[in-house]
Amino acid sequence: MLSDKELQDINAELAHAATKASASVDALNIVQRHQGWVSDEAMKDVASMLDMTADELDAVATFYSFIFRRPVGRHVILVCDSISCYVMGYNPLLDNIKNRLGIAFGETTEDKRFTLLPISCLGACDRAPAIMVDEDLYGPVTAETMDGILEKYK
Amino acid sequence: MNKDVSIKVCMGTGGIAAGGVEVMSTFEKALASVGIKAAVQKNCSMHKVGCRGFCARDVLVDVIIDGTKSTYQYIKPDMVERIVQEHVVGGAPIGDWLVTDDYHTFHDKQVKVVLSDCGEVDPEDIDSYLGRGGYEAVKKVLTTMTPQETIDVIKASGLRGRGGAGFPTAVKWDMAIKATGPKKYLICNADEGDPGAFMDRSVVEGNPHAVIEGMIIGAYAIGAPHGYVYIRAEYPLAVERLHLAIKQAKERGYLGKNILGKGLDFMIKVKLGAGAFVCGEETALIASIEGKRGQPKAKPPFPVQKGLWGYPTIINNVETLANVPYIIRKGASWYAAMGTEKSKGTKVFALTGKILNSGLIEVPMGIPLKEVIYDIGGGIENGKKLKAVQTGGPSGGCIPANMVDTTLDYESLSKVGSIMGSGGMVVLDETDCMVNVAKYFLQFTQSESCGKCIPCRVGTKRLLEILTRITEGKGREGDIELLESLAADVKTSSLCGLGQSAPNPVLSTIRYYRDEYEAHIYEKRCPAGVCKDLLSYSILEEFCKGCTACTRVCPAGAIIGEKKKPHKIIQDICIKCGACFETCKFKAIKKG
Repeated sequence: MLSDKELQDINAELAHAATKASASVDALNIVQRHQGWVSDEAMKDVASMLDMTADELDAVATFYSFIFRRPVGRHVILVCDSISCYVMGYNPLLDNIKNRLGIAFGETTEDKRFTLLPISCLGACDRAPAIMVDEDLYGPVTAETMDGILEKYK
Repeated sequence: MNKDVSIKVCMGTGGIAAGGVEVMSTFEKALASVGIKAAVQKNCSMHKVGCRGFCARDVLVDVIIDGTKSTYQYIKPDMVERIVQEHVVGGAPIGDWLVTDDYHTFHDKQVKVVLSDCGEVDPEDIDSYLGRGGYEAVKKVLTTMTPQETIDVIKASGLRGRGGAGFPTAVKWDMAIKATGPKKYLICNADEGDPGAFMDRSVVEGNPHAVIEGMIIGAYAIGAPHGYVYIRAEYPLAVERLHLAIKQAKERGYLGKNILGKGLDFMIKVKLGAGAFVCGEETALIASIEGKRGQPKAKPPFPVQKGLWGYPTIINNVETLANVPYIIRKGASWYAAMGTEKSKGTKVFALTGKILNSGLIEVPMGIPLKEVIYDIGGGIENGKKLKAVQTGGPSGGCIPANMVDTTLDYESLSKVGSIMGSGGMVVLDETDCMVNVAKYFLQFTQSESCGKCIPCRVGTKRLLEILTRITEGKGREGDIELLESLAADVKTSSLCGLGQSAPNPVLSTIRYYRDEYEAHIYEKRCPAGVCKDLLSYSILEEFCKGCTACTRVCPAGAIIGEKKKPHKIIQDICIKCGACFETCKFKAIKKG
């Protein structure tokens, strides 16, 4: 069941959408903002609001890497693997983060605090290597500054 | 205190990541605490400004007292108090913290058009943009020019698309004005995805109104009442500032119905991407706005014939549109006087990698690459040697060090086997392996391939497999030739630009660094010492003092030897971590 707030936000989006289907990604983003991810149940609910089948909507959802079809942690860490980050120390940084959290890409820590994901480019190439936690950008990130960064996210 | 004090704090993404918000609030508190609060409101203004390009030196702060500007670099909150005490109150700038000569060298060879207001205007305040001549170009076209005259000015300026392909903007607009139909759309492509490029983010964050103004002029020229900005969700600050700028422009009558009372209707919607690189391709971008999977379609029909929801659609890149107001204001001949015969104006580049001064730069087209690297960029980091400059991201190629005289314009770059692309410029030094760089780009394109067409989906996968085995020391005779022929097939038969250009990094590195590929395949050796599987560490007996430093850091216990006698690495146990190499003070560890 979508919450009243979710319904309200999706309807607001639909009110000025050119076609119902064109609001698909926006609607999924609304659900994700409230629930953290898009469950099968939410997928069905949103699809019916857009006059689509759940399968049609899922085909759209799975195309985009920022629509999460599995639960994620309270905070999502995106590690930039762009060429600039790659040549400026991406590999040691990634090893450091993985060891520290004990998880690999696509995994969530046991305490549900962090999910680790790769990202193709954060556009922070002059601050390489860069990471983004939720919507906060950090760079250049070193093994030493990693501690202080993670501390901010409980 | 009667001084006229103005403080500008760099608040681009780079500035914020370096602590700009804290620096700004500390300034506010520090100024208040020295008892100049009453005067602050009257005489002292604090501004956020967008990116001024030199993000590596953030947080950058300008202190302007009675018109005299001092620029500080690497400012942290705990340094603010002293600046306020000694400089603002005492009148003596703190010499050690001011920017050094290279800050000026960084800027001196640049010519700023698109970036001219970035770092000067407050991106969150339309009045700040208006104060520097903003929206004058919209007034000019609406009151004194016909749509065709507007297109003619852009044609005379020689402006070409800055998103990568360099298609003449006026030709595109000309096709759109001739296209008929009940609706037309103008889309600003802000789905900047090339690894190594961040100019569009910086322009939207630093001066969003210039992009909006460019869109209004474009909409007037082609007769499109609806506009979209398709922007990456990865750029939250740019999205926020864009929304705010659109709201402000609407309130002032620059967007909406009957703009400036001249009968033009134009409104802009912001559409967020959701993490798919291929959506920067125009047909994929259109599919994404329509709410579908962002997969490209075969062209023709081109978007200008059949675009968004089947209507004629023009898609221009952020930097292209941001050039437009300046061209209208200052004239086509002013713009065309910059650059080369076929590549007019300026281009913004993102200078990154192993370069001393990394950052965002804007230079006239046709400037030699070496001036960018050595004068603006300050040369290579840590005194190492330049190896190559990668331009154009995953669609581009590498320019080797011995070709740094190459000039930066569409034609010259394509002649050396690279492209202008969106303007990413990644500097590589002698410690970078070119086979590995090619592998990096294929990893990228292979994972970003949408999978619709087979040459791209399967071809990039096979190219990546071959490159991977070469870097792992499993390369076979004939692999280079196989890469070349497969690359040619993927190029010619892929559906969209992603696949058609994906093999470029492979072809360009083979063209200039064939010997490195051969060393990997036939000698099982990585000349740059990057590919782990091809590395071996050994101890040079004549240099080894037997200090045992290496035995203590070796996590695998692979180093043996008696104190004060030459040591030895047991190859079967060595995990090639490089810890001994980093630790040895006598250069006795040989890598290779």
